[in-house]
Amino acid sequence: MTVLALIVREIVGMFIDDEFLAVAVLAVAGTAAALVFWIGAPQLVAGGLLLFGCIAVLVASALKAKGKTERHNAIQDSIATRA
Amino acid sequence: MISWTTATPAVTSAFLASLVEVVEAFTIILAVATVRGWGPALFGTGAALAVLTLIVLILGPVLGQVPLHALQLVIGILLLLFGLRWLRKAILRRAGIVALHDEADAFSKEKAELQGAALRKEAHLDWIAGLAAFKAVVLEGVEVVFIVIVVGAGRGLLLPASLGALAACLLVMAVGLIVHKPLARVPENALKLGVGVMLSAFGVFWTGEGLGVNWHGQDAAILVFAALFLMVGLCTASLARRSTAETA
Repeated sequence: MTVLALIVREIVGMFIDDEFLAVAVLAVAGTAAALVFWIGAPQLVAGGLLLFGCIAVLVASALKAKGKTERHNAIQDSIATRA
Repeated sequence: MISWTTATPAVTSAFLASLVEVVEAFTIILAVATVRGWGPALFGTGAALAVLTLIVLILGPVLGQVPLHALQLVIGILLLLFGLRWLRKAILRRAGIVALHDEADAFSKEKAELQGAALRKEAHLDWIAGLAAFKAVVLEGVEVVFIVIVVGAGRGLLLPASLGALAACLLVMAVGLIVHKPLARVPENALKLGVGVMLSAFGVFWTGEGLGVNWHGQDAAILVFAALFLMVGLCTASLARRSTAETA
């Protein structure tokens, strides 16, 4: 059972590591789908949104992780200074 | 007829991604073999390969039943989630925000864990060692199976992609058995960056195709997307590294 749970966790972890990245990618794909199927937008617009949306999400996620690490390090430094 | 503009990136992605995963699995197998001998290591590996074969045998026919556009859309979205996750991790490692993966360290940890179990005189040591090899091969192998399916299924390239993955397995096994130590000199992060770039490019391409987008240049668009993801990835890593250095 532990091995099975590990495999399931690994499979989920293959796609979801950073929640922001996963949700934002799904939002970009969902918006592109909505543009094509409901609004009937030109294919190039949907394709462009998909490509540049994913790139924007990637950059935002990486910079967000950088900011989070910096804040964490600043807190650690301040604790060390007080001690 | 297989188009080389699609087949080459698919086979290369399957080969490089498998290389990363197989190197990690081999480290654990080697640690098991070093502590408890090749018997439990090979038993665990064999059992894991049987499980992976079963997964492929179950998934293969199921995928054949799914309409192509729906398959491309689902696979495209999964590829985006998977590929962008790899690319993000590679960017953060390149920028020095996340520590690089160290095979020598992973080998030492696994070896120490098995030796600790031996010192505690735990019963069924061979079983524990075999299970460690089994887990490593199944966990890394599931990723290899997924990568082969996603880069291969959308364009009927399952066989070439599988051959790419198999070539990576054979290469790692051959080199690993010759040097008989963890393959710590494999440039894991550079490979991860390259694979993340290719998988993200495939992800955009197939999600678009699934939505009915006719990309300019057809399959060649994948290479343009890959170049764009690579450029953005390198620039983001450089920007993050520079601002981290300035803060420090």
